[in-house]
Amino acid sequence: VENVRLLDRLSSRRAAVGTLYLTATHVIFVENGSETRKETWVLHSQISSIEKQATTATGCPLLIRCKNFQVIHLVIPQERDCHDVYLSLIRLARPVKYEELYCFSFNPKLDKEEREQGWKLVDLHEEYNRMGVPNNYWQISDVNRDYGVCDSYPTEIYVPKSATAHIIVGSSKFRSRRRFPALSYYCKGNNASICRSSQPLSGFSARCLEDEQMLQAIRKANPGSDFIYVVDTRPKLNAMANRAAGKGYENEDNYSNIKFQFIGIENIHVMRNSLQKMLEVCELKSPSMSDFLWGLENSGWLKHIKAIMDAGIFIAKAVAEEGVSVLVHCSDGWDRTAQVCSVASLLLDPYYRTMKGFMVLIEKDWVSFGHKFNHRYGNLDGDPKEISPVIDQFIECVWQLMEQFPCAFEFNERFLIHIQHHIYSCQFGNFLCNSQKERRELKIKERTYSLWAHLWKNRADYLNPLYRSDHSQTQGTLQPQIAPCNFLYKFWSGMYNRFEKGLHPRQSVTDYLMAVKEETQQLEEELEVLQERLANLQKSQSGNNKVKSKQQDRSKQFGLYTSNNSLANTPQEYSNDLKSFPSRSPSQGDEDSALILTQDNLKSSDPDLSANSDQESGVEDLSCRSPSGGGCLPSEDSGKDSDEAVFLAG
Amino acid sequence: MEFAELIKTPRADNVALHRPFHPAVEGTLCLTGHHLIFSSRRRDNAEELWLLHSNIDSIDKRFVGSLGTIVIRCKDLRIIQLDIPGMEECLNIASSIEALSTLDSVTLMYPFFYRPMFEVLEDGWSSFLLEQEFELLSSVTNEWRLSCVNKEFSVCPSYPPVVIVPKSIDDEALRKVALFRHGGRFPVLSYYHKKNGMAMLRSSQPLTGTNGRRCKEDEKLINATLRSGRRGFVIDTRPLAVAQQARAKGGGFEQEVHYPQWRRIHKYIERFNILQESFIKLVEACNDQSHNMDRWLSKLEASNWLTHIKELLTAACLAAQCIDREGASVLVHGSEGTDSTLQVTSLAQIILDPRCRTIRGFEALVVREWLQAGHPFQQRCAQSAYSNSKQKWEAPVFLLFLECVWQIHRQFPCSFEFNEQFLILLFEHAYASQFGTFLGNNENERAKLKLPQKTMSLWSWVNRPEELSRFQNPLYEANSLVIWPSVAPQSLQLWEGVFLRWNRPSKFLEEAEEERINIIKYNKELQAKVNALRRQLAELETDGEVPEEE
Repeated sequence: VENVRLLDRLSSRRAAVGTLYLTATHVIFVENGSETRKETWVLHSQISSIEKQATTATGCPLLIRCKNFQVIHLVIPQERDCHDVYLSLIRLARPVKYEELYCFSFNPKLDKEEREQGWKLVDLHEEYNRMGVPNNYWQISDVNRDYGVCDSYPTEIYVPKSATAHIIVGSSKFRSRRRFPALSYYCKGNNASICRSSQPLSGFSARCLEDEQMLQAIRKANPGSDFIYVVDTRPKLNAMANRAAGKGYENEDNYSNIKFQFIGIENIHVMRNSLQKMLEVCELKSPSMSDFLWGLENSGWLKHIKAIMDAGIFIAKAVAEEGVSVLVHCSDGWDRTAQVCSVASLLLDPYYRTMKGFMVLIEKDWVSFGHKFNHRYGNLDGDPKEISPVIDQFIECVWQLMEQFPCAFEFNERFLIHIQHHIYSCQFGNFLCNSQKERRELKIKERTYSLWAHLWKNRADYLNPLYRSDHSQTQGTLQPQIAPCNFLYKFWSGMYNRFEKGLHPRQSVTDYLMAVKEETQQLEEELEVLQERLANLQKSQSGNNKVKSKQQDRSKQFGLYTSNNSLANTPQEYSNDLKSFPSRSPSQGDEDSALILTQDNLKSSDPDLSANSDQESGVEDLSCRSPSGGGCLPSEDSGKDSDEAVFLAG
Repeated sequence: MEFAELIKTPRADNVALHRPFHPAVEGTLCLTGHHLIFSSRRRDNAEELWLLHSNIDSIDKRFVGSLGTIVIRCKDLRIIQLDIPGMEECLNIASSIEALSTLDSVTLMYPFFYRPMFEVLEDGWSSFLLEQEFELLSSVTNEWRLSCVNKEFSVCPSYPPVVIVPKSIDDEALRKVALFRHGGRFPVLSYYHKKNGMAMLRSSQPLTGTNGRRCKEDEKLINATLRSGRRGFVIDTRPLAVAQQARAKGGGFEQEVHYPQWRRIHKYIERFNILQESFIKLVEACNDQSHNMDRWLSKLEASNWLTHIKELLTAACLAAQCIDREGASVLVHGSEGTDSTLQVTSLAQIILDPRCRTIRGFEALVVREWLQAGHPFQQRCAQSAYSNSKQKWEAPVFLLFLECVWQIHRQFPCSFEFNEQFLILLFEHAYASQFGTFLGNNENERAKLKLPQKTMSLWSWVNRPEELSRFQNPLYEANSLVIWPSVAPQSLQLWEGVFLRWNRPSKFLEEAEEERINIIKYNKELQAKVNALRRQLAELETDGEVPEEE
């Protein structure tokens, strides 16, 4: 569709005219005119909703909201075209079969071996070994070898040594969806552990001997402590309501030596609505400060983030300070339980705060334990009531912690944002399906690529320059404050207003420091060369064998943020009065600033994109990429990638 | 008067000091004329806390049995608690502190008694003279002149003795204009934009009154800053309704008929008493130890503090935009021209002028646009957010300015030579200081108090190399561009460094800053080493008579 206008949310005057293409995998908007031919790529799987608005004199507006919080506002001249695009997108954005997803056609041109290597990067077996299990207290159980006991659990499950197969199976029958208590994290130092399960089917009075024995076994696996905490992450009211349906929570009287605790984290429906409300606030056109703060409070989002964090802090404290094991559950034990276990692990173990460790953590607490990625993130067309930003909240918790402990994490904000992006993108197979069982059946590892390998390959982009493995913040348990005035929970504009670069700091401290560190490394190398040369020279004053010294190209390295300054050169709309001022000539001010803005958007996005926005690539190329599913690797952002891009047909 | 008369109990033993995030410390409390000194008795970890009485905003006392507790709330927003055994001692100490922290006379303040323990390399009182500023200006334009019309402070009591005005306007005209402007604050040059020759002026409101008085000289003065055929902007920091009401009291605004070349924009910035209330509410929210997120957010919102920040930044950006983008001259004023006017003109310069983002340039800006321009520091900073007494003239006008600078700093972390600590330092010293810099309400009062002779300037201390190094931003790379901050709510944050400073463990953030400094430092060291080696090699190579083929 030609002559489509792409509107800038911040300013209706800054609109780009271009052509809209629909391919099997992407929506692509290519700008006309300017020699840059800026392109906007959106994966169909990222589309969260499409809204056709009432036709106006200028055309038919189409609003595309994406799961990575991008909002694309198009105006299509012809109503008919708009309707066609609308219908196509509705179909394309809601695939019904896994095979339609992008990861099955995505080809980063790696050979079979590289792909297999990629999948081996994160190895949970190795991870449990690292934690120190199996040992005297914990063992691998093969009860779930063929997913016979619990189809949403992995095959390899760690349980207390004293828990026999009989106890496990018995306990599983007393738990929702048979998700029996299993090890999530083991603390080598004091034998305390974090276990996870679903709610017990206790109703008002039911008991299960095996389940009671199971909890007993968990307590025994920690000889230093004479009780365990059972943490129900639901609000008490919800848990009590569940009793009427034959579910519920542990009765302290029936289980010996447990301390039972509710931590009120709301359910997926509340969270979905909360995010919705917050995004509405983000989308407000020039909101006042009170509109924004009131909307933020009203959405409850930060309150929910804090609830998850508080639960994680409670558990980390129990494990690290009291040396007491904790069993965590919610209803099914795959949403709140995953959030809370992973936050607690992150606080407890510095390994999870490294890049590799963070991948392992997600793989362990989310992927392997059957977090329903497909349902929660709507990869396939399904029940909209199942969709909820569960892992988004966990990722935000990590970001909030990064803000409080700037040296504690090996990775930076960009790493988190790109992981969030790919949970929705379906470009890699990691997060497909709802369980390990389904993924095995689909042969994900043979047919798709692993995100972790992709991120690992580009790890230089994701490093936190302030991280040092020998720094005090990278050791031991993190102990965040609890009260909001001590631990300032902030609105994460880097995520939720991610595509509005104008709202973000114009100079990135992270990028600056990374560039400095890179330069430092080059200097170290040069220093060595020079010293060697000097030694040679002094030995034989002839010094004929000259080593060509490396030229420092400081300006090139620092180009990253100097280019950001051109964005600094665009004032926002500070006043409406100014527009109508008669003395302003049309050729000045905003016209050229609009140009600067678009150019800068092109550059100032993530560095892995800015380096390779291939401006020459014209429309001709596009035909090569569709409809068979493009060879081009779309980048994390909607700009286009990449030096890895391959044109299958070309 | 002898301070000793006010000190009923100069010393108390076995006092326990409580501070957030610090374990309680036991020690001895001493009161001197200007300080409260607490020293811990522990030999292994001797600790001393010196608190200026003038830093104390309010104190509370309460008793449990014979153990008295004094809670001291400071102007820098810190709260400390002292447990003092013995009711009489405690009462005596409390009343002494109360008396010493509320001395009426300026000349009893600590700056008049302070003797520096450092060598003065440069007298800060003469570091930033308007004459030097004018010299710089003269090198790019000759349209301006230095006027001494106010040398006896007779034309405008709140202006400095010298001001910069358009060359074509003589002193006689200035005297007439002064009569037409509130408090005699006739339009003077605040900033000259070298890039396009546009000027920013500031003044107070014109005294048009209800019958629309006009003053030809005033019109001539401000028109002298316009290029032929171009227009200028008047940015009035009051809403139109308030400006109209002001006419009833003899004030007013520039009417179109008399100023046809000027377009007036009303950008509302809150008056000082509203700001003080907002300040008090915000600080109260920040001290609320409740764990409830809703309560925190609603209190933050209800304080309106960030709204004021946003309004102020927006007005400053607008002024900067008029000058840089519209190529127009700008006149900024509110009512008196001593508060919101100065906030706008000084922030606009941060945006426009790279020099103001250096340490020296920022100091010059504070001197020029705040101290010399007659912002009544003594009135505004007499009390801070914990004051129990009914407020009179207090308002965090300067703090708001500093916070806006911090907000811009946060968005452009590599474009400022100074760091956050420097801004916090200025905040502290504006409220309580051993230096005389922020005493008095204007240059007139400072001259009468003989501050330059009798007290030390903050700049004398801060500009010493060993102090300066603490305030340098390691990430600084000179940026010659205009920097346009975002004023969207998503882009503005609470200034933790001031408002949560005493309420959060600062260790982790300080460590991060240290890391940043070390990364840069190591890089520079290597750079130096490499350069030295290169030179050495080059010398060796020429000495060795090897033909260069570079």
